[in-house]
Amino acid sequence: MNLGPYALLLARPSGALGWWKHAITIPVAVAVLWWSAAGTQLSLAELANGVPWIIDFLSRMFPPNWGFLEKLVRPAIETIQIAIWGTIFAILLAVPLCFFAARNISPSLAVFHLMRQVLNVTRGINEIILALIFVAAVGLGPFAGVIALAIHGAGMLGKFFAESIEEIDQGPIEALRATGAGPIQTIVFGVIPQVITAWIAVSLYRFETNLRQATVLGMVGAGGIGFELVGSMKLFQYHDTATCILVIIVMVMTADYISSKLRAWIQEGAR
Amino acid sequence: MIEIRGLVKRYGELEALHRIDLTVPPGEFLVVLGPSGAGKSTLLRCINRLTPPTAGEIRVDGELTCDDRAALRALRCKVAMIFQHYNVVPRLSVLKNVLTGRLGSAPSVLSWLQIFPRRDVELARECLRRVELEAKADVRTDRLSGGQKQRVGIARALAQQPKIILADEPVASLDPKTSRTVMSYLKQASRELGITVVCNLHQVEYAREFAERVVGVSAGRIVFDGRPGELTDEVLHRIYPSLDDGETPQSPRRAGEAAPAASPWPADDPWRRPPAPQRVVGLREAGKPH
Repeated sequence: MNLGPYALLLARPSGALGWWKHAITIPVAVAVLWWSAAGTQLSLAELANGVPWIIDFLSRMFPPNWGFLEKLVRPAIETIQIAIWGTIFAILLAVPLCFFAARNISPSLAVFHLMRQVLNVTRGINEIILALIFVAAVGLGPFAGVIALAIHGAGMLGKFFAESIEEIDQGPIEALRATGAGPIQTIVFGVIPQVITAWIAVSLYRFETNLRQATVLGMVGAGGIGFELVGSMKLFQYHDTATCILVIIVMVMTADYISSKLRAWIQEGAR
Repeated sequence: MIEIRGLVKRYGELEALHRIDLTVPPGEFLVVLGPSGAGKSTLLRCINRLTPPTAGEIRVDGELTCDDRAALRALRCKVAMIFQHYNVVPRLSVLKNVLTGRLGSAPSVLSWLQIFPRRDVELARECLRRVELEAKADVRTDRLSGGQKQRVGIARALAQQPKIILADEPVASLDPKTSRTVMSYLKQASRELGITVVCNLHQVEYAREFAERVVGVSAGRIVFDGRPGELTDEVLHRIYPSLDDGETPQSPRRAGEAAPAASPWPADDPWRRPPAPQRVVGLREAGKPH
């Protein structure tokens, strides 16, 4: 399409319907977006009206109550510990399952679909709900939080691990088959070296996510800084809430920094 | 060593191999020549059952090949394969890649823990010495050049201590000098260790230089079986049917220009030679014995 001295390059649609395909899909897409917006009561006007309330809320939180910091040290450490063990257990659960959920090395299509759905279910149940269930099972405290994060995390990690396995180069796998290697030998020498970088990267990402999740698990009594956060809100001590939020932000930023450094170090080729 | 009778391979409607019959005696260096899509790779892959045949019998070292797991493992220990795209594991070190050749015979559980018998490690180093890569034993394989990676592939094949090596276009991705080096390693291994080698190639000159016997495959059938000295023009035309009527791509002409006079043969086509009498013409300078 020529626009004076310029030319607009558009991919020519292929197939029998040609441009008519777009004539149908575009209105449908717009309709879906409109329907979603209506269902979620999106409204810029409401948001604009609400700005004064936001400012009011923020002003109640400012300045943060620095005296509250010393009460937060133990819960913050507990949060980090919950995140660490939640991630480790999630990895330990995900690794054996992910091989069955990878289309290219799963023993059969039925097993593959079953495993995928199992992982979807564990991912689908929110961590807070899982934490509630496990508080009932093992009592109040951080252990319930660890189990909740482990199970939810296993679903997400299992899916990512399986997807990295599906993306590997099949060439080396074929070469290993041709040497007479058994299935587990093929996995150890052919699959794992190719996926290990991606696995470590997503595990570090999962740790960061778990850290953020651990901060709110306290809401249901599963330990960590969330208890103080929600408690201060319920007591209308917004200055204390501000301190909690700042501590959480600092923890997440530190975890992000450390994990990006670790990932860079791994990419460079530590074996 | 290898006996193929009535081998047929069908992919759906497409018949890739039509009733191939071939016998390869032990220790022979056989080159399979043929155009792309002729079925050379399929033929090789049927021998070690990476591709299960549709019909026909293949005997390796006297034993009929079948899909039984234990038999397959035993078969693949005896038959090593070298691939066009090297198929080495990039993140592993060179030594470990060569050691993967021993996985068929190494004790399973120990190998999962990266524990190999010491004599296997010694054997791997010996194979690396044979391809002149022992200095790079601990280097990560993705840091090597293409030619070096293929030498790792050869070392891996040799580490299996196989009776047969199947080389599927081993030099297709390499420059001429490296190709010659790789082919020499294969030839040397075959001669010194008595390994039967079946090598797919599309470079006729390497077939002439290295092969003891050449089999020409075209469109799934064997069209030639003889010594490299018997590779006349007529035979080459049988193997590569469209050798003469491939058109040279012409450079785009502006309107009004006349077509340039057709050149006697295109400068960049390696198969082109001036029309010769029916006798063998070497692609290298005449007078070199082979």
